[in-house]
Amino acid sequence: MVVSRSNNTNPARIPALGLRALALLFLSLLLMFLDKRDNHLDTMRDAISAAVYPMRVIVDAPARIWQTAGEITETRDDLQRENSRLKTELSITAADLLRLSALEAENSRLRALLDARQQVPDEVRVVEIMSVDANPFRHNIVLDIGSNDGVYDGQAIVDANGIIGQVMETGPMTANAILISDPGHALLVEVNRNGLRTVAYGTGEFGRLNLPGLPNNADIEPGDLLVSSGLSGAFPAGYPVAVVDSVTRIPQDAFADVTATPAAALDQIREVMLIWSSRQADEIAAEKRSAEVDDDG
Amino acid sequence: MASDRALRNLPVIATLIVALMLTMMPMPDAVSAFRPDWVALIVIFWAMSVPRSYGVGVAWFAGILVDVTQGTLLGQHALALCAIIYITVKFHLLMRVFPLLQLTATIFALLALYQFLLFWINGVSGVHVTSVTYWGPVITGTIIWPLLYTFLTSVRYRVQLGG
Repeated sequence: MVVSRSNNTNPARIPALGLRALALLFLSLLLMFLDKRDNHLDTMRDAISAAVYPMRVIVDAPARIWQTAGEITETRDDLQRENSRLKTELSITAADLLRLSALEAENSRLRALLDARQQVPDEVRVVEIMSVDANPFRHNIVLDIGSNDGVYDGQAIVDANGIIGQVMETGPMTANAILISDPGHALLVEVNRNGLRTVAYGTGEFGRLNLPGLPNNADIEPGDLLVSSGLSGAFPAGYPVAVVDSVTRIPQDAFADVTATPAAALDQIREVMLIWSSRQADEIAAEKRSAEVDDDG
Repeated sequence: MASDRALRNLPVIATLIVALMLTMMPMPDAVSAFRPDWVALIVIFWAMSVPRSYGVGVAWFAGILVDVTQGTLLGQHALALCAIIYITVKFHLLMRVFPLLQLTATIFALLALYQFLLFWINGVSGVHVTSVTYWGPVITGTIIWPLLYTFLTSVRYRVQLGG
């Protein structure tokens, strides 16, 4: 440092280093401010994420190859065993499904009697996970589907066992999603048994959600199933979220210490389902129409 | 002349791409917390070796790429990288004459500062990290530095990159 200050022709001196560093620091601060405040930078983020898309594919290749290799080398015995297991499962679910259609018919009859709005079934699509976020303190996943296929911010993601998370940002070909176990995530749930409403917060551990807002006298027990209440608008109602595994009532505290285990195995997911809930699909379609009108005008 | 420049830039671009890919690579949870900050290590190396060509600008750009691939606040890694590379470039002559052990200690300090800046920005923007393993990359980065340094130096001399 002393050497570099002694004269300007010194070869060790890097011209305008401090000025450049300062300018870039301010630029980063500005970017962070804009990014935090609004979503002005989404197009920029999309462009860069499209540029690094090939890298993502390469990085994800080993896991894919491993999976394919596993599929190829499966023995005949294993396949037969799996086949018979799946057949059993199928017959069981088919029986359940029969009952379901009867229930659905009954439900729509009762709704008609009550003159309530018909529940339109949600549209669902199976999507593969491209990669899981490298940052261990954020539970994010990347899906190989983007706004080109109609994915929108806030869209709910489920798997066969329950709710997994929601879409956070959409690029043209990929989408970033946040899991319900992310420490920054919260969703509105209700206890399936009695309709008690509360909020489930992520903890940063895949197997645990926190329900800090329940008073000591709340009617909640270990084993209670929590389902999405659908009140936030982001998640459709009635999907399983978690099972309560411990309720600790501390007499001197106002709130009970309640934890729950997510219904879906969040650290073992490979394929997920995206839900286009009918109401949001309508909104999106309306938005698109108005955007097209704007383009024409 | 143009091809000469391309040849000079090639190892830097290649190592940066590999570093980014290592950062994105999906890994088991337990290992993932101790993943070294590959991009930071690579950028530090090139900044102290060829500070005139690869300084704060390259660091900033690499930081933006990390932000996009990690889904963090845009500019967060860019700011932290920019800050530590400013220090690296400022003291690059001193760092070049350091024995490897002392240099590794310096790298530890730089990585700790980098992680602290990220921690600070996370805190301000509402992502609160409480786990001790957050500081894991500083340790693993320091451990990996002597190997990385030896490897990159040999790469650098093989392609005849001047200071």
